Amino acid sequence: MTTWIALYWIVLIFAATNASIQSFKAESNRQFLYYYSLCSPQAIILSKLFFNAILILLIALINWLFFTVLLSNPLENNLLFSVVLLLGSLGISGILTLISAIAAKTNNNSTLTAILAFPILLPMILTAVKASVLCGLGFGWEDCKDYIMLMGLINVVIIALSYILFPYLWRS
Amino acid sequence: MRNWWKALAIILLVYSIIGGFLIEVPKQVILYESIRNLYFHVPMWFAMITLFFISMIYSIKNLSSSNLKDDRKAIEMVNVGIIFGVLGIATGSIWAKFTWGAFWTNDVKLNGSAITMLIYLAYVILRGSIEDEQKRARIAAVYNIFAFVLLLVFIGILPRMTDSLHPGNGGNPGFNNYDLDNNMKLVFYPAVFGWILFGLWVSNIRIRMANLKEQLLDN
Repeated sequence: MTTWIALYWIVLIFAATNASIQSFKAESNRQFLYYYSLCSPQAIILSKLFFNAILILLIALINWLFFTVLLSNPLENNLLFSVVLLLGSLGISGILTLISAIAAKTNNNSTLTAILAFPILLPMILTAVKASVLCGLGFGWEDCKDYIMLMGLINVVIIALSYILFPYLWRS
Repeated sequence: MRNWWKALAIILLVYSIIGGFLIEVPKQVILYESIRNLYFHVPMWFAMITLFFISMIYSIKNLSSSNLKDDRKAIEMVNVGIIFGVLGIATGSIWAKFTWGAFWTNDVKLNGSAITMLIYLAYVILRGSIEDEQKRARIAAVYNIFAFVLLLVFIGILPRMTDSLHPGNGGNPGFNNYDLDNNMKLVFYPAVFGWILFGLWVSNIRIRMANLKEQLLDN
C-alpha cells in the first residue's frame, strides 16, 4: 500500500511538472503585450493557477484510474483521498505556476524550473504522502485533520504570494 | 566610535565561547554536557533568520525603488545567511548524534531546515542565471520574498503543527520551559546577540566589496 502511494505521487509530480511548466512558455512576448492591454496581472495569474489546478486534478484522476485498473486500489478511504488530491493539485499548481512565470523570464530554462520548484514542492508532497498513507489505512477525518489543514495552509500562503508578487514579474 | 557594534560583537562572542564552556550548567539526563551546544546551535538559526529577514526587507525596497544597491545588499545577506544555516545544521547534527543516536532523522524540523537551505541555494542560482541587471534584481527580489515566507512556514509553523522530535515542536517543551536557568540565560542571550552582530558585520564587509567591484567595473 505504501509502495502504491509512493509510486502514485512520483508519477503525479512528474506529470504535473511537465503539464504546467508549459503555462508561460507557450506564449510569445507579443501575446503577453496583448494580455497586458486586456486585463490586470492578478486576473492572469489567478486564471492560470486555477486552470493548472484543474489540469493537474484531471491528471491525478486519470492516474488513479490507471493505477486502479493495473495495480488495483488498496485505499480504504477513497473520499478523503480525493480531498487530499484536490488540495494537493491546487498547491502543486500554485507553486509551479509562479515558478514557471519566474523561469519564463530567464529564457525558459527548464533546468532552472526544476531547481526552483523542487525544494518548494517537497513539504507539500511530504504532507500529502503522509495524509494519503492515513487514508490508505482507512483512518477518518479526525486523524487526517492536521495534515489536511496543513496542506490548506500551504495553499493559502502560496496563492496569496502569487497574487501579490506576480504584478512585479509582469512589469518587466 | 562608529564601529562600536563590531567591538561589541567580538566581546560578546569571546564571552559566550569562554563562558559557554566553563560556566556551570544544569545537569540533565540524556543531554549531560551537550547542553552547552545550546550556546552555538540556537544562535546560528537566530543569526540566519535575522539576515534573511533583513535581506527580504531590502528585496521589498528594491521592488519599490529599483535601486541596484538594495539588490546587492539582499544577495550578500543571503550568502552569509546560508553559511549560518549550514553551521546550524552541522551543530544540530552533532547534537542529534549524542542525544537521538543518529546524525540525521526524517524529522519535520530537520527536513524543513534542509529544504530552506535548498530554496536559498536556488535563489543564488536564479540570481546568477540572469544577465540583465535590472531584470535580475527584480526577479531575484520576487523569489527572495517568496522564499522568506516559505521559510517561516517550513521552519516555524509546520514542525509546530505535526509530530517532531525537536525541542519546542510537536508538543515537546522548549528549553526555556524548564532547563534554561538563569546561569544559562547569562550566556545564551549574549551569544545570540553576538552571532547576529557578527553576521551583520560579515555581510557589511561583503556588501562594501560588492559596491567597490561595481564602481571599478563602471570606470
